[in-house]
Amino acid sequence: MEMKDTRSGFGAGLTELGKTNSKVVALCADLTGSLKMNEFQNNHPERFFQVGIAEANMMGIAAGMTIGGKIPFTGTFANFSTSRVYDQIRQSIAYSNKNVKICASHAGVTLGEDGATHQVLEDIGMMKMLPHMTVINPCDFNQTKAATLAIAEHMGPVYLRFGRPKVPNFTDANQIFEIGKAINLKDGNDVSILATGHLVWEALEAAKILNELNINAEIINIHTIKPLDKDAVIKSVSKTRCVVTAEEHMLNGGLGDSIAQLLSREMPLPLEMVGVNDTFGESGTPRQLMEKYGLTSNDIVNAVKKVILRK
Amino acid sequence: MKTIQELESLCTQIRRDILRMVHTNNSGHPGGSLGCTEFLTTLYFNHLNHNTKFDMDGINEDLFFLSNGHISPVLYSVLARSGYFDIKELATFRKIDSRLQGHPTTHEKLEGIRVATGSLGQGLSVAIGAALTKKLNNDKQLIYSLHGDGELQEGQIWEAVMYASANKVDNLIATVDYNKKQIDGEIDDVLPMGNLRAKFEAFDWLVLEEKNGNDLESVSNILSEAKKQSRNNKPIVILLHTEMGNGVDFMMGTHKWHGNAPNDEQLEIALSQNTETLGDY
Repeated sequence: MEMKDTRSGFGAGLTELGKTNSKVVALCADLTGSLKMNEFQNNHPERFFQVGIAEANMMGIAAGMTIGGKIPFTGTFANFSTSRVYDQIRQSIAYSNKNVKICASHAGVTLGEDGATHQVLEDIGMMKMLPHMTVINPCDFNQTKAATLAIAEHMGPVYLRFGRPKVPNFTDANQIFEIGKAINLKDGNDVSILATGHLVWEALEAAKILNELNINAEIINIHTIKPLDKDAVIKSVSKTRCVVTAEEHMLNGGLGDSIAQLLSREMPLPLEMVGVNDTFGESGTPRQLMEKYGLTSNDIVNAVKKVILRK
Repeated sequence: MKTIQELESLCTQIRRDILRMVHTNNSGHPGGSLGCTEFLTTLYFNHLNHNTKFDMDGINEDLFFLSNGHISPVLYSVLARSGYFDIKELATFRKIDSRLQGHPTTHEKLEGIRVATGSLGQGLSVAIGAALTKKLNNDKQLIYSLHGDGELQEGQIWEAVMYASANKVDNLIATVDYNKKQIDGEIDDVLPMGNLRAKFEAFDWLVLEEKNGNDLESVSNILSEAKKQSRNNKPIVILLHTEMGNGVDFMMGTHKWHGNAPNDEQLEIALSQNTETLGDY
């Protein structure tokens, strides 16, 4: 299996957009290399704006650049794309409904050794709470590239979340990304595993282990947290009658939280959530951190065993 | 082009609008609104190259951004009296289901508003963004913005100030409403700002200063000067000395009317000092 980082998927998508869409402009807060924006910068220096270490200003400039028809893509780490600039996004971008694409790398604990100051685990929650905001968390390089292309065609503010580590690149290189449309990766009857981002691969690995235990899991990739594909979720859950969610994010405010809201309103059924439980991360390798914070295929397997007993 | 007499007449009517708007709701910000009446009236009626048939993108138009969104009453009145929307709508200010929210917003699609402001310190960045897009579009028109002096205490302003000069955003004319007051009192008592001119000059902006920011002719001259100096490699700031509460004697010389509305009796006195010229809304 080819291993690639999702941030490079973003970079590849941005490079392609540079060639195909002259309205696209890119802004970066001193992390061009980390965000893989160099190629766009080299190809289109006139459409690339280095704002320095000043994320609040970057968000405001991006909002202003939409006036006159540009499509700004901002690039910095997920923490500095959200919590650091929440009010700027809230007022100048979300409330003002500006066509800004907030592209956020190094999300979650898999950023690794830099530690908790940089490992945002609350970003999906913050962004999904904002009216007008679309929230997307693709699972691999190919899907991140496709999502980058897709959001340029979508009118309105978008939060695109991706990460630093190299992970299996398993989705189709030529996929068309449909915002808000969940993808069924494996049919099953015993449990619905709804996963997002890096945890989609872990869910697929979990399905293999579960298969040996005679548990047939349905795996759905929820790449768009908001708007949530409610129909796909309800359709799957009405068949399997129990759910496990999996995400590299805080349980509060994440995908699991959205699914819990949906189920409790429309189809109350047992739910277990794999995610980070009200704690900050720490330094370590990505794999060590995923293990310590309970984000691996084994954690998904254990959650499945638990939820099936509750059926 | 309006004559000074016509502008004076407009200003008097706009002051009445401001006073009546905040009085009806017993809320809103008359002090800064009255202090910036001459500036916004002069800008909109004699300087901005704009189209009152509103288009968000404003291609080939000058654009104005109000960063200190709390002085929305003066902006709403100026927009309505310029023809962006019916002056009758001023009566809905701060009321339920109104497009004239307490602070300006695009959310209700009010003509003339291009971004939401109110949470302070954000408008300069937005104005810079709009200025950059104008350059990319080869659009020769200018971007204007207005900021409170107290607003300059926000850190984002200085991120933006640094960016604009470093990147030669010279199609931008920012104005500071320099009334030296903020909600809690005199700026010098809350958080002294020191020498504003020196600060902007240190950041490599072209600084213009007008001591008589409530004098129509002076405002017009400084705006003309700013326009003349634009597109010369530097962003421009006008330090516009104004009097908070200008035009209503008991509202002047104090910060007390920053965010307080007059009662019935006070309104009557204030209106008697600004008799109707063009017809109330």
